[in-house]
Amino acid sequence: MNMMNRRHPGRLNLKNDAVDMSHGSGGRAMARLIEELFLRHFDNEILRQGNDQAAFDPPPGRLVMSTDGHVISPLFFPGGDIGSLSVHGTINDVAMAGAKPLYLSAGFILEEGFPLADLDRIVASMAAAAKAAGVPIVTGDTKVVERGKGDGVFITTTGVGVVPPGLEISGDRARPGDAILINGSIGDHGVAVLSKRENLDFETELLSDSAALHDLVGHLVSAVDGNIHCLRDPTRGGLATTLNEIAGQAGVGMVLKEQALPIKQEVLGACELLGLDPLYVANEGKMVVICPAEQAETALKALRAHPLGRDGAIIGQVREDAHGFVRMQTRLGGERIVDWLAGEQLPRIC
Amino acid sequence: MKYVDEFRDQELAQSLAQAIAREARPERRYNIMEFCGGHTHAIFRYGVQDLVPKNVRFVHGPGCPVCVLPVGRLDGAMELAEKNSVILATYGDMMRVPARKRRSLIKAKAEGADIRMVYSTQDALKIARDNPDREVVFFAIGFETTTPPTAVAIQQAQREGLKNFSVYCNHVLTPSAIQHILESPEVREMGTVAIDGFLGPSHVSSIIGTLPYHFFAEEFQRPVVITGFEPLDVLQATLMVTRQLNEGRHEVENQYSRVVTTGGNAKAQRLVAEVFELRRVFEWRGLGQVPYSALKIKEAYGTFDAERRFGLQPRQIADVKSCECPSIIRGVKKPTDCKLFGKVCTPDNPMGSCMVSSEGACAAYWTYRRFAAPEAATVKQGGMAA
Repeated sequence: MNMMNRRHPGRLNLKNDAVDMSHGSGGRAMARLIEELFLRHFDNEILRQGNDQAAFDPPPGRLVMSTDGHVISPLFFPGGDIGSLSVHGTINDVAMAGAKPLYLSAGFILEEGFPLADLDRIVASMAAAAKAAGVPIVTGDTKVVERGKGDGVFITTTGVGVVPPGLEISGDRARPGDAILINGSIGDHGVAVLSKRENLDFETELLSDSAALHDLVGHLVSAVDGNIHCLRDPTRGGLATTLNEIAGQAGVGMVLKEQALPIKQEVLGACELLGLDPLYVANEGKMVVICPAEQAETALKALRAHPLGRDGAIIGQVREDAHGFVRMQTRLGGERIVDWLAGEQLPRIC
Repeated sequence: MKYVDEFRDQELAQSLAQAIAREARPERRYNIMEFCGGHTHAIFRYGVQDLVPKNVRFVHGPGCPVCVLPVGRLDGAMELAEKNSVILATYGDMMRVPARKRRSLIKAKAEGADIRMVYSTQDALKIARDNPDREVVFFAIGFETTTPPTAVAIQQAQREGLKNFSVYCNHVLTPSAIQHILESPEVREMGTVAIDGFLGPSHVSSIIGTLPYHFFAEEFQRPVVITGFEPLDVLQATLMVTRQLNEGRHEVENQYSRVVTTGGNAKAQRLVAEVFELRRVFEWRGLGQVPYSALKIKEAYGTFDAERRFGLQPRQIADVKSCECPSIIRGVKKPTDCKLFGKVCTPDNPMGSCMVSSEGACAAYWTYRRFAAPEAATVKQGGMAA
């Protein structure tokens, strides 16, 4: 416990120190870490009560709860970091039920030796993201694992929210004839993160699309008067995976128009080089909207009127299909299946 | 995307498709083998088959380096990977190929073997530099396109005095494989496989040029049109083959002249000739023992040859029974002719190599086109919301 021998034993040295086993021991070092780092950034009324749990009164409606573990590498990437991502990811999972997210919890698994300066940066970013979204982090936990047993930091966040009475949005509600929309370009997050991976490292101006979507969801829901069947954020596995999930859940097929898919030139270029398909590349600020065809234009207008939906588009249609295939009309006029991803998406070799 | 979108233009594609429809005579069939897995992938991914008349058929050839590597050679890589001293550096596509007893490199990795996925030979060299106390073996596979980078890596290792780097060489040659297919009894005598013409390789031809194809265009009287991997390339080349067949010609034509020259890339050829020499014979999955169809590392660079360094013994291991990969690779059968296709063999659970690589005919068919034969594809897809 070399901390005790320092000249200012009462303060964390955020500039030069690293996480050590004492920060997870339940002793004074842990209390100091919580107070000087986590509490300082996350500061809010419920957290300040200093209990092991958060107590609050939920507003009327159905409660929604979702949890998400974040293990991204690298921790800092163009357009975000693991901190902001862990806030956005869980807010979005809650919001995809049409819910208003209320509170978040955060669990940290820290690896011995992780620089406190990086942790401070990550926690500050989480706090900023939570504040901007208006969803406070009201309870949390910290554990430390030995060097080599973690990858710097893992963050698990859990969110609760409330769906207003009468609103029902669920993956099994997609119906043949429904329109499929998306709020903007696909693949930005995955390509931005890949560009910083150690063994790839290519130059791109591209930023992750990481963003909290609940405000956009609120606007959309009121624009179409709650007439939405499904919402889902196409994160890991990309748009293709999300559509296959919904098709399986609702027992329907889908058909996409390749030419209608919004994809940035930088994403197309990087995917071309690496042999990836943007349909399978991760997003962190996108959502698929499935609504009755007659609501499609209104929904599109509502998306495009919001900063997070400016490049929104109608990309396809739900239809009957006994096999539950998601198909795509290729830009050449042919047709193909957009399948589940098998294994990892790997670059080609020839 | 500049220089890419131009080759995926819908209007041009439609007008080429109409030209093919006008050229193809309804009374005959046009069986065109696309040699390369890259072409197979493009045909399925862009739905090219939907654009051409029904009597113009694509027969999928053996040009997928992952698919043609026999189990015995993969077994050699497994043996290397399982040595404690070794880091095996491999292209990602090899990871899931089923080896003996349903094992694979990805399973060996999970059990503790040190296997690293790399994007290029340079990544493998870097691993060797960073780990001087370990043996780093690069698992080299591929046709003429991937051979020059391997040659560069070996020469670089020699210059740098990298003593812990070696190459498990599985580089194979395109022209001898095509010739072998044309000489096979199914094509020559039994007539069970109709191959009327070829779409010639894109990237491979950028290295070897167009000359190597002249021999079998003449000898076997089959037109060869070398073409690029973009859908418009494939359509235009299909039109050119169809036209040659109608006019009774059997020439080598170069649709991909923006990249491929007659003589090919002389520098790359020289480099390959410095480092490699022909193997007398090499086993291909599906084609069996093909004479002079692969390369080995020359004596002068022998210390970089993993087969010598680790005393690897050649081995022959049979494919999974009832897996039709061998016939599919030869163009004798279609993916849907295989009893395992879509039932027990899918990209998630491949039984044969053609279901692993995205360039394999089975994987391409399953992934992009199984709606055309849904009865063969009724396996329930798993899936869990993230």
